[in-house]
Amino acid sequence: MSLNAPNHKVCTWTQDYDHPAALATYTAHGGYAALKKILTEKTPADAIIAEVKLSALRGRGGAGFPTGLKWSFMPRNYDGDKYIVCNSDEGEPGTFKDRDILRFNPHQLIEGMLIAGYTLGARAGYNYIHGEIFEQYRSWEAALDEARAAGFLGNNILGSGWNFDLHAHHGYGAYVCGEETALLESIEGKKGQPRFKPPFPASYGLYGKPTTINNTETLASIPWIMRHGGQAFLDLGKPNNGGSKIFSLSGHVERPGNYEVRMGTPFSELLEMAGGVKGGRELKAVIPGGSSVPVLPGATMMELTMDYDSIAKAGSYLGAGSVIVMDDTVCMVKALERLAYFYFEESCGQCTPCREGTGWMYRVIHRIEHGQGRPEDLDLLMSVGTNISGRTICALGDAAVGPVHSFLKHFRNEFEYHIEHKRCMVGA
Amino acid sequence: MLTNESLAQIDREIAKYPAEQKQSAVMSALRIAQQEKGWLAPETLEFLATYLGMPTIAVYEVASFYNMYDLKPVGAHKLTVCTNISCQLQGVDAVVAKIQAKLGIGFGETTADGRFTLKEGECFGACGDGPLCLHNNHTLHTRLTPDNVDAFLEGMK
Ligand SMILES: Cc1cc2nc3c(=O)[nH]c(=O)nc-3n(C[C@H](O)[C@H](O)[C@H](O)COP(=O)(O)O)c2cc1C
Ligand code: SF4
Repeated sequence: MSLNAPNHKVCTWTQDYDHPAALATYTAHGGYAALKKILTEKTPADAIIAEVKLSALRGRGGAGFPTGLKWSFMPRNYDGDKYIVCNSDEGEPGTFKDRDILRFNPHQLIEGMLIAGYTLGARAGYNYIHGEIFEQYRSWEAALDEARAAGFLGNNILGSGWNFDLHAHHGYGAYVCGEETALLESIEGKKGQPRFKPPFPASYGLYGKPTTINNTETLASIPWIMRHGGQAFLDLGKPNNGGSKIFSLSGHVERPGNYEVRMGTPFSELLEMAGGVKGGRELKAVIPGGSSVPVLPGATMMELTMDYDSIAKAGSYLGAGSVIVMDDTVCMVKALERLAYFYFEESCGQCTPCREGTGWMYRVIHRIEHGQGRPEDLDLLMSVGTNISGRTICALGDAAVGPVHSFLKHFRNEFEYHIEHKRCMVGA
Repeated sequence: MLTNESLAQIDREIAKYPAEQKQSAVMSALRIAQQEKGWLAPETLEFLATYLGMPTIAVYEVASFYNMYDLKPVGAHKLTVCTNISCQLQGVDAVVAKIQAKLGIGFGETTADGRFTLKEGECFGACGDGPLCLHNNHTLHTRLTPDNVDAFLEGMK
């Protein structure tokens, strides 16, 4: 497996080798060949964007926005600086794929950012790395040094006359900085409070300059696409859902971890790869895309394939591919209480509906969990949620509502039991 | 105020950004200062503000917004344990109970001898390796269990 002889492992193939993160490993198996070709042949930006569009690569950061289309929004004949920014700030409960790209395949991300920077005419790029994985901030900087020493970064890259550099920037404990405009504020040395959109980053981004922000896995997929063509990437997955995708399985599975499979792989197969439900217990519920997406009953999940369209049809989202598995011992009230606390704690406080609403929802769920729920509480939760949705600057507000509404939709009886009996029905 | 080594590190960070955007280095500068001093005292914030050419209040805003910065003294070993959903499902509650019993402190507290501070964290982005404990902000300990937590704490004595 390599970039020379590709299979479905687009971003994780280096893990089959002894020194997965080393530049020598990467270059020995076809790494930086796509960049070399582009710089030698002076491939026009339009041709690169067309290839990315053909691949049907959709943003791996959660929203699934088509990457080629996003790149085409960058102004062409702009005189000043432009930037490419990578979002490695994953910190949504259940997400942990970008950490492994940084740990095991840092050069493919660097090459992807280089190709993106070249295509978009960027002056420099920054990679924003989640504070709590500080070891990866260090290790990615070491990879940058290696790349610089080998002539892949800096001035006159590979003798092409093109100058471009990359840098790492770390977070320090704020989930909201994963939101792209909060992330830009944070790079500018400010509190990570999201900006009102429009204007979008493509016209007013980092330091007010045109900026493209993509997720780590999105950018790390680019060298593969440029090496083997958009059609080959598309063929790995399904129409409109190109490529492979890293799925991060956590919770009640035998072997929590990352599994890169083709888009459209049945959930049941993915679960099997992780060893199935822990201890052979019954599957109760799955959050298929990170804590912000609606929960689905286990039986529903067993019928689904893992791609954007299939999960959306069932009423949830693929998100970042962060699959949280829950067995039949889980109290859904307790689980939701913890999630609600997260959004309350991480709200940046700019918008009243989010700041107040997340606290309110947490307090109501907390009292239900602790035997002080009132019969009217479930309607109250629904209405507080409805009053947050669509009334905030960033999507964190909606993200806080998704779990609450979906837990109540699918597991309402557990909440009612808690309120009536002042204790849990699981194990009762 | 800060050692030459810390200042050299901060200068390396400043060099990453356009010349007129020194403020971009404030997150790193705070981190470097905190590593040296243990926590961020008001005079440290003031020093960094001058060093980076920004208002002290702006430095304070950043230091108070991101929760890995400590604006109050902490123990020699700051342990931050993620208690979010994936870690919870993977058994963090029992790990926390064990740590609290061993250290005799709850979340947000510091042992009387000033050796340990225990904090509750939000998602670290490493759930597959959970339960997780972050030691002094920079070292992630993975796959904790009530059984291996003893050895983990002993290692810090
Ligand atoms: C609260 C919040 C947190 C987010 N966290 C992340 C994150 O950790 N990583 C990420 O890539 N995108 C995150 N996003 C999505 C980004 O705003 C943005 O859409 C994404 O980085 C774009 O990259 P993509 O098109 O390659 O997916 C978050 C969004 C919101 C609203
Ligand atoms: S929705 Fe919440 S997190 Fe987003 S900007 Fe408003 S207050 Fe901040």
